[in-house]
Amino acid sequence: MVDDFRLNDGGALIDRSRRVRFTVNGKSYEGYAGDTLASALIANGVHFVGRSFKYHRPRGFVTAGVEEPNALFGTGEGARFEPNQRGTMVELFDGLTAKTQNHYPSLEYDMGSVNQLMSRFFPAGFYYKTFIHPRIAWKHVFEPIVRQAAGLGKAPKQADDAEYEHFYFTCDVLVAGGGVAGLQAALTAAKAGAKVLLVEQNGWLGGRALVDASEIDGRPQAEWVSARVAELEAMPNVTIRTRTQASCHEDHNYVLCYERVSDHAPDAAPGAPRHRLWRVRAGRVISAAGAIERPIAFANNDVPGVMLASALRDYLGLYGARVGDRVVLYVNNDDAYRSAIMLKEAGVEIPAILDARAGSTGDLPRIAGEMGIRVLFGRGISKTLGKRRVEGVEVTELRSSGRVGALEKIECDAVGMSGGWSPAVHLYSHSGGKLTWDEAGLMFRPDPARAPLGHDGAVAVTCAGASNGYLGLGEGLADAARAGAEAAAALGYETAPAPAPQAVSATEDAPGAIWFTPSHGRYAVGNKHFLDFQNDVTAADVELAAREGYESVEHAKRYTTLGMATDQGKLSNINGLAILADALKKPIPEVGTTTFRPPYTPISFGSIAGREARDLFKLVRKTPMHDWLDARGADWEPVGDWRRPFCIRQAGEDRHAAVTREILAVREKVGMLDGSTLGKIIVKGPDAGAFLDLLYTNMISTLKVGRCRYALMCNDNGFLFDDGVVVRLDEETFLCHTTSGGADRVHAWMEEWIQTEWPHMKVFTANVTEQYAQVVIAGPKARETLEALEGDIDLSAEGLPFMSFKDGVIAGCPARVHRISFSGELSYEIATPAAFGLSLWEAIHAAGEPHGITPYGTEALHVMRAEKGFIMIGDETDGTVTPHDLNLSWAVSKKKTDFIGKKAMERPFLQDPERKRLVGLLTESPDDVLPDGAHAVEGKRANGKAKMIGHVTSTYHSPTLKRSIAMALIRRGPERMGETLEFPVGGDKTIRAKVVEPTFYDPENARQNV
Amino acid sequence: MQHGTNTDYAKARPALHAAKTPAGLAIEIAPAPVRGMITLRGDLASPAMAEAVRAATGLKIPGVRKVTGTGETLVLWMSPDELMIHCAYAEAPAKTAQLAQALADEHSLVFDVSDARQVITLKGAGAREVLAKGAPVDLRAGAFGVGDLRRTRIGTIAAAFYQTAAEPESFEVFCFGSNAAYLFDWLCASAKEGSLPGVL
Repeated sequence: MVDDFRLNDGGALIDRSRRVRFTVNGKSYEGYAGDTLASALIANGVHFVGRSFKYHRPRGFVTAGVEEPNALFGTGEGARFEPNQRGTMVELFDGLTAKTQNHYPSLEYDMGSVNQLMSRFFPAGFYYKTFIHPRIAWKHVFEPIVRQAAGLGKAPKQADDAEYEHFYFTCDVLVAGGGVAGLQAALTAAKAGAKVLLVEQNGWLGGRALVDASEIDGRPQAEWVSARVAELEAMPNVTIRTRTQASCHEDHNYVLCYERVSDHAPDAAPGAPRHRLWRVRAGRVISAAGAIERPIAFANNDVPGVMLASALRDYLGLYGARVGDRVVLYVNNDDAYRSAIMLKEAGVEIPAILDARAGSTGDLPRIAGEMGIRVLFGRGISKTLGKRRVEGVEVTELRSSGRVGALEKIECDAVGMSGGWSPAVHLYSHSGGKLTWDEAGLMFRPDPARAPLGHDGAVAVTCAGASNGYLGLGEGLADAARAGAEAAAALGYETAPAPAPQAVSATEDAPGAIWFTPSHGRYAVGNKHFLDFQNDVTAADVELAAREGYESVEHAKRYTTLGMATDQGKLSNINGLAILADALKKPIPEVGTTTFRPPYTPISFGSIAGREARDLFKLVRKTPMHDWLDARGADWEPVGDWRRPFCIRQAGEDRHAAVTREILAVREKVGMLDGSTLGKIIVKGPDAGAFLDLLYTNMISTLKVGRCRYALMCNDNGFLFDDGVVVRLDEETFLCHTTSGGADRVHAWMEEWIQTEWPHMKVFTANVTEQYAQVVIAGPKARETLEALEGDIDLSAEGLPFMSFKDGVIAGCPARVHRISFSGELSYEIATPAAFGLSLWEAIHAAGEPHGITPYGTEALHVMRAEKGFIMIGDETDGTVTPHDLNLSWAVSKKKTDFIGKKAMERPFLQDPERKRLVGLLTESPDDVLPDGAHAVEGKRANGKAKMIGHVTSTYHSPTLKRSIAMALIRRGPERMGETLEFPVGGDKTIRAKVVEPTFYDPENARQNV
Repeated sequence: MQHGTNTDYAKARPALHAAKTPAGLAIEIAPAPVRGMITLRGDLASPAMAEAVRAATGLKIPGVRKVTGTGETLVLWMSPDELMIHCAYAEAPAKTAQLAQALADEHSLVFDVSDARQVITLKGAGAREVLAKGAPVDLRAGAFGVGDLRRTRIGTIAAAFYQTAAEPESFEVFCFGSNAAYLFDWLCASAKEGSLPGVL
């Protein structure tokens, strides 16, 4: 297809030497490098590009920029498909594929458009009013239908394969916006010496200056822009980023800038990420974001071809594309005449400019008249004709009575509307900047007395130029120079006064208020006066909200959905609240604006996730033995951020078979376990013993150097939260072992008490978890295995008795050998500096091979400790269990005057004999393994339901005992020895189990004491 | 735990002993060999501390967020009451003992933590930009140079880094050994040729 609507010359952004092919809905088009998807389609005469959200009405381009509400496309294919891309911001590249949205089966024939015919049944608040009764119907009937119908784009089916990243940056002054105001503000601040970051959301700098004909310092604006850009680029203290939008302003001048690095050229830079999220910390922020033109609410103002007046000349000036052959304008201000003049000069017919005002003495209306354009004051559009493309307009006289009558029909194929301009104050407003109503300019503009403040009370954000309400070129430049100088001065840079650039532009009259143009004929005969195109909110919806009592603008917004989602007040806000104000008979400033929420426009989820995706989504902590185990079939499970082998599976083995093999190996021969994840914290100082006496329930200060003690830690409610073996290294130094997942928590707990409660105690701590790799060697052949290695430690029962440790060297590796056992077998836990971990592991594995040494995983560890009746934090404890509940009263000192949890344990509730306490369970049928968490029941409650008396905390099939075993917390458990309890486990099945002591294997501890 | 005379240092391998740097990076990224590291907590203002550090390293106690020394012999400021001393790996046990002896009369903690962390070196123009992709630190050349140190995070990983040379731009980064493989992969993924913003 040829781009028939392209002018023969012009278009500041396009490169006419480079044709670019792209497809929309599979159909091929051509454009130029530098085009947007929107400009290329317009140059091809395509305006009907989407269906609206609620009524599925045909929609076209309304704007030429970020505020576009309608022209949303799904772009890319497969893993690069992304819905809801604004066609006005999608830069064209060869091979771009796009799809239109929100229609079924096709854009041209859409079933959802019947919603239009039903529209009188879809008023504001339709959902709230309709889907209430019957209640059950929401879940089963309404919600599925609404979900099917809702949403614009289709969710991608494949995972995104693009790269994203973050980037931290610090600057003195962040200038948001690279139009003339932004350039001037940046230049003024940079000349004073400030380090400046200038970001511009588009791919070029200069903003409207590339289109509009005014002059600065005696030359065309565009030339002035080039010179200023060159000047800025030459300054070492200035960084300029295009395609980068200051999207979110947070406290402390923390600003998220969203850079679209390679969307416009996906294959040009292979290493480049798709998007980069700049996390900028600025001394001061200058919002030079310009202004956004407002639509006018008139009947069917959403027909494709109805656009903002400024967009008409943007397409012309930036891309050499004309929006139509005959264009009518409906305006309330002088600026919009620029579009008419430019179009006329380009050969487009302008049958009429309808100006809502009574007249204008400005230069532009006069020039338009002199060019032979018919300018009609006091007139407006009462209705747009056409469905999929504008075919004409009905012109009405605007009377103060509000009554209208059609004066004439004018045929046209495009309409430009301009209801005035609103400063883009979003960035200023994100963290609380307040606005003031400018009655003469018909706009909310920043109130300098109520700007957002930083932590030091200084102004955080200032606006400059049009963003500050100075819409005229000259006043905008002067304001930008002021903003730049102020920002630099506020940061301590000396600024030399310099004259602001002098602008020559047309004189303009003030705009006239026109918030709504009534249509004639019967009320609402299919006519809709749209305020929010994206959310299909009409003037009637807002009036209805006001009638129903939604007086607060924030409530009316939520009730009608006006300005929700991506719009955030860009197009719809002011018109909507002006109509609300009218309906409420209040002045506009009294109604106020809604909150402008970040981000300014949608940013990609990928950019938020940054580098933390796929393989880098989440840290996996690895011990020195990780790769060795992985190569030998480790079946991993997460423990905190660590991975530990659940079991190490041999070829053809399932988990159950592997665990059984591992347990029997330990019980009969010897096994080895990677215990490196065990938390290890050094506590040192003259008060270390006293400190640990307060922290643990046991007495620690009496521990002798060289000895180990199993100890419990409770929180201040008396509940057990960590356990482990404490080792005394020397008089002042203790090594506290914690659970694998608990090291950081326990270390923080210790520091909290030292720093906030007991600062008088002379104690230092260090988390040395990662300093040591730890190998557990357990089983009857453990001693023989270790004795086969060269070493200087006496490993005999007398030389290294149970619950003691010795330092030395084993197999060339520094080692601390602890005689402790969590399996009930003869067991050594050997710590070695982590760098030696793998070497020691390999040496032990080789030494144990003659004995059939078997690496085992956490499940074997768990089963064996359960066979011995040892508790596991997280299984037997859940944050509500005391040591006494677990029959661990022996580990709670009665001598100590205080420790954390002591007072709490004395509370009646924790002394209650009815509390659940730990018991063992043996099922009647030895092959029945109780489900984890199964409840024991006894009798009935008042409501007839079964009464729960406790639950299973650990349950396994024990290969050692060849039967099932379980531990449980049962009311008055220890008093029930020998009783049989019932555990309903679903369906009709009830498992019966006998209450026994929770030590199933070797209760005399004969096996570990050898 | 003391290293004995029969310690076989050939058996000590850093966490990233098997790591391979992928091709196509904008800067050089490499895991460093094992490094001696001693954590030192106490009163950093006390004369005994200054003397102990000087005797063990020949270096001064660095200021806040600073590092003194060169090569493997460094003193790093870690917190208001904590230093870290870097030295040759095999020297760490003896230096730990020496420092502990020198500070026996001070309330202090001296502990050999040589094995807890992995050092990764970054070298080449743009190294600071790779770090700036993950660390909330002002890494502009004027704000962060040789002698500066930050104990911070890179992406989601707790880490510390300092600049070791201005030209070629060089840094040492270290993190816990269990996190090293993740951080190494993260740094390599962030250092792809063509991915640097080119503004620092």
